[in-house]
Amino acid sequence: MPTEELIALKTKADQECRKHRICVCAAASCQSIGADLVLKALATALAESGRAADVELRAVGCIGLCSAGPLVRVENEEQSTLYREVGPGDANELVGSVEAAPVERLRIDTTAPFFARQQRIVLENCGTVRPENIEDYVAAGGYEALCRAITEMTPAEVISELTASGLRGRGGGGYPTGLKWQTVAKSADGTKFVVCNADEGDPGAFMDRSVLESDPHRVLEGMTIAAYAVGASHGYVYVRAEYPLAIARLKTAIRQAKAANLLGQNVAGSRFEFSIDIRLGAGAFVCGEETALLASIEGRRGQPRPRPPYPAERGLYGRPTLINNVETFANIAPIIQRGGAWFASIGTERSKGTKVFALAGQIKNTGLIEVPMGISLREIVESIGGGVPSGGRIKAVQTGGPSGGCIPNDQLDISVDYDSLQKVGSIMGSGGMIVMDETSNMVEVARYFMEFSMSESCGKCAPCRIGNYQMHELLCKLLAGKAAAADLTLLEELTFTVGETSLCGLGQNAPNPIKSTLRYYRHEYEALLSASCAAEEVAQ
Amino acid sequence: MRNLLRGALEATGAFIPLATDVARKAAASDAGCAGSDHSEMTQQYVRPEPPSDDKRWKIVASAMRRNGDDARALIEALHSVQEAFGYLDDVALRYVARSLRAPLSKVYGVATFYHYFTLKPQGEHSCVVCTGTACHIKGSSNLLIALKHRYGISPGETMSDNRLSVLTARCIGSCGLAPAAVINGQVNGNLSSDALLTRIDKEIG
Repeated sequence: MPTEELIALKTKADQECRKHRICVCAAASCQSIGADLVLKALATALAESGRAADVELRAVGCIGLCSAGPLVRVENEEQSTLYREVGPGDANELVGSVEAAPVERLRIDTTAPFFARQQRIVLENCGTVRPENIEDYVAAGGYEALCRAITEMTPAEVISELTASGLRGRGGGGYPTGLKWQTVAKSADGTKFVVCNADEGDPGAFMDRSVLESDPHRVLEGMTIAAYAVGASHGYVYVRAEYPLAIARLKTAIRQAKAANLLGQNVAGSRFEFSIDIRLGAGAFVCGEETALLASIEGRRGQPRPRPPYPAERGLYGRPTLINNVETFANIAPIIQRGGAWFASIGTERSKGTKVFALAGQIKNTGLIEVPMGISLREIVESIGGGVPSGGRIKAVQTGGPSGGCIPNDQLDISVDYDSLQKVGSIMGSGGMIVMDETSNMVEVARYFMEFSMSESCGKCAPCRIGNYQMHELLCKLLAGKAAAADLTLLEELTFTVGETSLCGLGQNAPNPIKSTLRYYRHEYEALLSASCAAEEVAQ
Repeated sequence: MRNLLRGALEATGAFIPLATDVARKAAASDAGCAGSDHSEMTQQYVRPEPPSDDKRWKIVASAMRRNGDDARALIEALHSVQEAFGYLDDVALRYVARSLRAPLSKVYGVATFYHYFTLKPQGEHSCVVCTGTACHIKGSSNLLIALKHRYGISPGETMSDNRLSVLTARCIGSCGLAPAAVINGQVNGNLSSDALLTRIDKEIG
């Protein structure tokens, strides 16, 4: 049952609604290539054309096709047209196209797989609502799920709906979300916390950034529903410092939600209270790990600790803490609104729902997509992504960032789900998907990731601190043509030692890029072995 | 005797008074602490004077106050110092330590742990080259080579005439526009070495 404030916001949005709309993508990528100039030019063109009364101009969030930005969408009553690489000089033509023929030279075919094959649940408001405008979010059905949960459901019923959905953590771990919520709900009474992991440390991943910049209220609503379900009174969003726009938009959204009584005391007119603060990261990949993240919120060095006890029992300041990723929280409102069974009808047996991926690297259509679990990897990179820009062959697809692996071309027909990706030696990860072509040297790729893991190691445990360094040195030796067969054997041994004895996920998964490239590209490693070293060995 | 002990612990920074409501509730429900202890401690705490009249210290002080005024506010405090002054120097670290009643060793430990914080003054202009995976695949190392060739500095260094600092970041989230760099706070994408050098020349004059 919606609250008075919600009804008031919706009424306001309806009153401001005009017949036509021009939406300009104002997410970080498009902004960096001149979206604000396009916005200004369109405003001027509208004013000069005298059509400002029935055409609304709005700056929206990420539309998705970053490689074709700046993106502009013109919406009439019957249809909408998407335009690519729009410049300020195109403003008059675009304004003229409202209720008239589209501007063909700039038009994007939205029946193409990039658009047609997506199923946008997490991203459904991205690119349509104004990120700094709560009325838009409410007009699109926002905060109805929160009101429904608080006024019509018990916390146990909320958790039960979530469990029925089959949602698994979208940060990379894939842990069943319902089970996590259940554990926190059942833990000792008293102060509990909800934390949103918005650290997004994987290089090549920008899914969370886009959601925070384009639809921050969706994340806040998810956190508030979670707090209601587990009995938490305070929440934190831990955002990396490298995302200033996301931080600014979150701050605005929190302020607006408080003013509308959707955060703070008496949420939605009930006795439930929940407030959210932002905490900044400071450039440490390890702070994406749960316990390191909590240490960072507490103002300490971001070093993990052994688990158990898990944060669900003893987390922030020693209290039971629910930590979930941005994308996980963004799935909550739709699940509560449409039901767990609806969500479970999408995807595969053990991987329900959709997943947001950030497509980057040697691929034509770089940007953000959301597809149902179970789609083939080949369809994503060749059909949706458009393949390699030069027309060349895809050599490998890297998923899971520095904790993941490379999937070679002949394995691309696998289904994209948690289990299948693990079987081929990679992981789902947070959603970064990097496409590589034949110019990529796979040993160099492994070295790149090992350098990253080495420099991001917190230093607490010996296997990660020393082992990563050794593996990196061995890879450099290989690439310099100075390694012998014994070095390769040692490298392989280290991948197992470091993987099995490191304290946290960073060290445990750091060897994955090496393991995966050794599995499929061993010949590239062997080709680098020094002939003179080999001769020496034979002589001995 | 108890007061003596608490006083000694406070002086070493090992006893950190719980100034925020949230933390106070948590401690109370955990250990059954009496509320009166906290009000005594808040009365004893005298906020230290800022290092100088520079108005920017007021911004730092208010950031610390806003975030709880104890060691939990450390990272937020360091962020406000770096934003105001460009880097973290000795004076700033000592002021933050005294204000938050945290040991200087802890403040130094946190300042040096996180890659975002710098203890060295930065140049007038900055160029942060993204070395994330997508940017790496698309040639970010060429950008760094070009910068070294033209300005003679590597990542983490500043020109001797202080005009430019070059830094790297692990991922700024603009992978759709790889290779990318942030020049004086502005994201620039799809950069070739020439385009990057042209942009920087324009900024530094």
